Amino acid sequence: MQRDATRAGAPQPGVRQARMRQPDATRQPGDASKLEYVLRLADTSLILAQRLGEWIGHAPLLEEELALANISLDLLGQARFLLTYAGELEGRGRDEDALAFLRTEDEFRNVQLAEQPNGDFACTIVRQALLDTFQVELYERLQRSSDARLAGIAATALRESRYHVRYSSGWLVRLGDGTAESHQRAQAALDLLWPYTRELFAADEVDLAMQSLGVAPHLAEIEAAWNRRLSAVIDEATLRRPPEPSYSWYGKRGQHSEHLGRLLATMQYMQRAYPGACW
Amino acid sequence: MNADAPSAGPSVQPPAGRRAVLAARVWQVLETVMDPELPMLSVVDLGMIRRVEAEGDGSIRIGVSPTYSGCPALRVIPGAIRAALQAKGFAQVEFYHVLDPPWTSDWITERGRALLHECGIAPPERVAGTHRTNERIAWTGNGRSAATREEGARGRSESAGGVACPRCGSTRTERLSEFGSTPCKAQFRCLACLEPFEHFKCI
Repeated sequence: MQRDATRAGAPQPGVRQARMRQPDATRQPGDASKLEYVLRLADTSLILAQRLGEWIGHAPLLEEELALANISLDLLGQARFLLTYAGELEGRGRDEDALAFLRTEDEFRNVQLAEQPNGDFACTIVRQALLDTFQVELYERLQRSSDARLAGIAATALRESRYHVRYSSGWLVRLGDGTAESHQRAQAALDLLWPYTRELFAADEVDLAMQSLGVAPHLAEIEAAWNRRLSAVIDEATLRRPPEPSYSWYGKRGQHSEHLGRLLATMQYMQRAYPGACW
Repeated sequence: MNADAPSAGPSVQPPAGRRAVLAARVWQVLETVMDPELPMLSVVDLGMIRRVEAEGDGSIRIGVSPTYSGCPALRVIPGAIRAALQAKGFAQVEFYHVLDPPWTSDWITERGRALLHECGIAPPERVAGTHRTNERIAWTGNGRSAATREEGARGRSESAGGVACPRCGSTRTERLSEFGSTPCKAQFRCLACLEPFEHFKCI
C-alpha cells in the first residue's frame, strides 16, 4: 500500500502521532537524529528476526529451520544491543524490552522490506538476500563510525552478517538456477520485493545528519556495493533484475504497511497481556 | 589494579597490591565457571572474559565479550559468574560488554580446543593472519560447473579447509549446514567413518 512520503511527519486526522520526546537543552546537537538512526537499525533487525522466527516448526528441511532460527537469533542479539543504546540515548528510562514490546507501529523505524510477510521459502530467501547484502555493506562501514558504541556493535554484527549473506545468496542461486518451479517462485518474489529496496538508500535528513557527523556511512556508497554484490548473485541465479522502483515508502519514518500491526500483535501480546512480566 | 585477559602466550603475573590480588583470585574462580552449552569449556577457555577490575572495597567489574550477538549463554553466564564469586565472598559484581575488538574464535585457548576435540566437536581453525576467515569457504559464484550445481543442489560442500573428523581424524568430511544446534556451530559429516559431528565455526 503506497503512502504519501511527502507528508511524512505532518499531522493526519485519525492517526496517532509518533510520540518522540522533544530534545531538551542539555542534549547535544544531532542527539535526536542519532536516536532515530539507531532505532532504524535496531527495529530492522528486530522485525526481521521476528519474521524468521515464524518459520520455526514450518521450514522445508531441518537444516534450513536451524539456519533460519540461528540467523534470527543473531539479528535479535544485534537488535538488543542497539535498542539498549537507543534507550540510553532517549534518556526516558526505557530499556530494550520497553522499546520492543510497548511501542506502537507508528513508533517503529524498521524499513518496510523487513516487515513483509514470509510468503513461501523463495520469498523469505529473497527478502533475506536483499537485507543481508545491505547489512554486510552497512556494518563493514559502520564499524568505522565516529560513535564508538555503534562501531563496536557493527564489528560484532559484521562477522555474523557474512554468514547470513552467504546462506541467503547461496539459496537464491539454488532456487533461481534450480527447477522451473523454484525459478518461477524466486523471480516472482524478486519482482514483489524489489520496490521496497529503494527505501534502503533513500537518504533523508536523519541519514544526512548522521553522515555529516561521521556516525553513519554514506548510503550512496553502500548502494553501489550492494548493487555489485546483488547483480552478481542475480546473474548467477539466472534471474532477471526487476526495473528500478520509482517511489519509496518510509518505514524508517514510522510509515508502515498493514503487516506490521499484525506482527506486533503477536510479538507484543504477552507483555501487553501481563504488563511487567518477565522470565 | 586491573588484570587483562591472558593472551595466547604465558600468563602475566600481576603486580603486588590488594586489588591485583583480588583480581587474580577472581580469574581463578572464573576458570571454574563453565559455559552452559559447552560444559567442558570455562568462560576463560572461551576467551569471553576480557577484563577484570577489582576495587579496594572488594567490588568487581568484569568486561565480557559476547561470542555471537544473540548467544543465549551471554544472558546466563553473568548469573553463573556472580553466584560463583559470591560463594567466594565477592559480594558486589558488575558486568559490562566489550564489543571492540569483537570476539573471535582465535581467543579460544589451546586447552579449550583440545577439550572440544575430546568431546567430539571439531575446534575452529585459526582466523587471524591467514585467509581462512569465514569467507574462505564462501560461495564464490564461480560458474555453473556440474560439481557446483551438484553441490548446490545438495546444499553441501566438501570441506574446503579439511576439517578433520574428531572421531576418526579423516579430513574427508562434508559440511551439511553452516548452522547447527547453537549459533557458534556448523554441522558436518565424516565421509570416512560416516559419523556426523559439529564444528565450532571460525569467526
